[in-house]
Amino acid sequence: MRHILRVNLASLSSLREPVPEAWASLGGRALTSTVVAQEVPPACHPLGPNNKLVFAPGMLTGTPAANSGRLSAGSKSPLTGGIKESNAGGTAARMLAKLEIHALILEGMPQGEAWYSLHVTKDGVSIQEERDTVGMGNYELVKVVHARYGKPVAVVSVGPAGEMRMLTANISVADKEQHLRSLGRGGLGAVMGSKRVKFISIDDSGTPAITSKNPEKFKEAARIFAKTLLDHPVSGKGLPTYGTNVLVNILNEAGGLPTRNFTQGTFEGHDKISGETMHDTIVARGGAPTHPCHPGCIIRCSQIYNDQDGNYLTSGFEYETIWGFGADCCVENLDDIAMADHLMDDLGVDSIETAVTFGVAMEAGVLSFGDGKEVVRILRDEVGKGTPLGRLLGGGAAQVGRAYGLTRVPVVKGQGIPAYDPRSVKGIGVNYAMSTMGADHTSGYAVATNILNVGGRVDPLGKDGQVELARNLNIATAAIDSTGMCLFVAFPALDIPECLSSLVDMINAHYGISLTGDDVTALGKSVLKLERKFNLAAGLGPEQDRLPEFFCLEPLPPHNVVWDFTPAELDAYWDFD
Amino acid sequence: MLITVKLFANFRVGRFVVEVRDYPAGTAIKAVSGSLGLASQEIGMTMLNGRHAEPERVLKDGDVLAFFPLLGGG
Repeated sequence: MRHILRVNLASLSSLREPVPEAWASLGGRALTSTVVAQEVPPACHPLGPNNKLVFAPGMLTGTPAANSGRLSAGSKSPLTGGIKESNAGGTAARMLAKLEIHALILEGMPQGEAWYSLHVTKDGVSIQEERDTVGMGNYELVKVVHARYGKPVAVVSVGPAGEMRMLTANISVADKEQHLRSLGRGGLGAVMGSKRVKFISIDDSGTPAITSKNPEKFKEAARIFAKTLLDHPVSGKGLPTYGTNVLVNILNEAGGLPTRNFTQGTFEGHDKISGETMHDTIVARGGAPTHPCHPGCIIRCSQIYNDQDGNYLTSGFEYETIWGFGADCCVENLDDIAMADHLMDDLGVDSIETAVTFGVAMEAGVLSFGDGKEVVRILRDEVGKGTPLGRLLGGGAAQVGRAYGLTRVPVVKGQGIPAYDPRSVKGIGVNYAMSTMGADHTSGYAVATNILNVGGRVDPLGKDGQVELARNLNIATAAIDSTGMCLFVAFPALDIPECLSSLVDMINAHYGISLTGDDVTALGKSVLKLERKFNLAAGLGPEQDRLPEFFCLEPLPPHNVVWDFTPAELDAYWDFD
Repeated sequence: MLITVKLFANFRVGRFVVEVRDYPAGTAIKAVSGSLGLASQEIGMTMLNGRHAEPERVLKDGDVLAFFPLLGGG
């Protein structure tokens, strides 16, 4: 029986509840945001006892549907002060789904200084006090937890950064190789740390396979859906070969690669850090250029990156991370960036927020642009050990900008702007400004239509059509984030009609319902509306839906463009029912 | 006229990364891609001096032309 599992950290008790009717058809982001909106007081302190941390598998997670194994986590974000949903691969979502856990909700916080773990099985949850694992990095922790249970349980954990409640702290989700995926953005690791939960282990032993209401129809729709993913050149060929990092050269050529703390749109060292170079390096060192981040992923954009001696260094080595330490911090050595990525996964910090933070810190003079070795040292010896400098940088880009009196601080709602300059890719700039999540490239990936010629074309340097494009993509994203699907299914969905129709057919066959494409759009709209309502009540009004002023004042070479949307143009974003 | 041609991703295989190449005046983008054996349906993006460009566009001396297969990420 599908159920809601609540764990109260104040009383160290758990409760299994039936799924309320209104939540029954929700999953992923739709569910986490609904729970947060209903149960978390918008004005509460994100690290206080009234915040909650909600985990939910997607609507199709646990089924044989390709790419359906993403885990959503939701809360009030300590970084943005608004609602937050972050999702990741790994094995946890599938195990929660197989245990018929519709959502796992962490509530309250302990009185004392002790740390805890939660072990979730078909018999319920056991709460244990943790001693030896406290302070442990995520890589070692996953090994220790596997050894403790003697089997490959799913592990959802915080590293030292989460324990220290740093605003850059993420939550790690182990994959089947015991490497780390990340519920990355918005400081959710600090929320888990505030509840003094070091890790959650999940064991789905003894659970039956998930069955659909209409297995034959499901199977047929799943086949069509998988075929569209493999047929589209982006999801079927480009992403598995080069990973997301293929974007370095594309954005550089388009003049939209934020460089040297957002002062240029091109990076001289782009080819040294590009997806093409990375692919060749991985192959030469015996790594894996292609790797699935969760069971059932057939796009396989992840990879295993080895060091010069052929030993494992990192995986899930993404464009945003490589852009951030590469172009934005001007580090041209891919191995330095890979070491930084390894350390960030181990410490449990968001690689986007951390990279943007280092770009600001370099402008402040804390370290020099291009000094990859010092980046690694600071991550390991300052952030990892919680020194005063580490705590400062661990607080994110906005905190460092305030501390050093800087104006060129690329954040919206306190969250660092990722790897596409909003002046020369204006569609994504609209969603940086308007997203309920703070600056977030996954909240409606207008880069597809502005730059990549996927889903049509809109001039990246012009304003025409951008607000409507950004809004529609954000609505679609909110719906996809609720299914448990990887967002990259959007590439085929934008170009191949059968992709979206087969996705809807899978949902219908699985639940025995009859949704239409319009219903899915309506779901996306409703998710955005309830997130927006929460944010307004939390104090994030229209005046927060803006980019930092420097984007309006400083033309970005090579196109020498500024951010020129008026407040009224942006506010029209929310004019939909 | 001299045109700087850049290739990306699998377009580089068996070809080159970047070359300055000589073409007669009046050459259009599609003639350049054709001369490199790039089929039009393989080309996802064409950028001329950092802006998206159509295959019929006629080039001028000193232009920088970039060809990408259909790619994405994020």
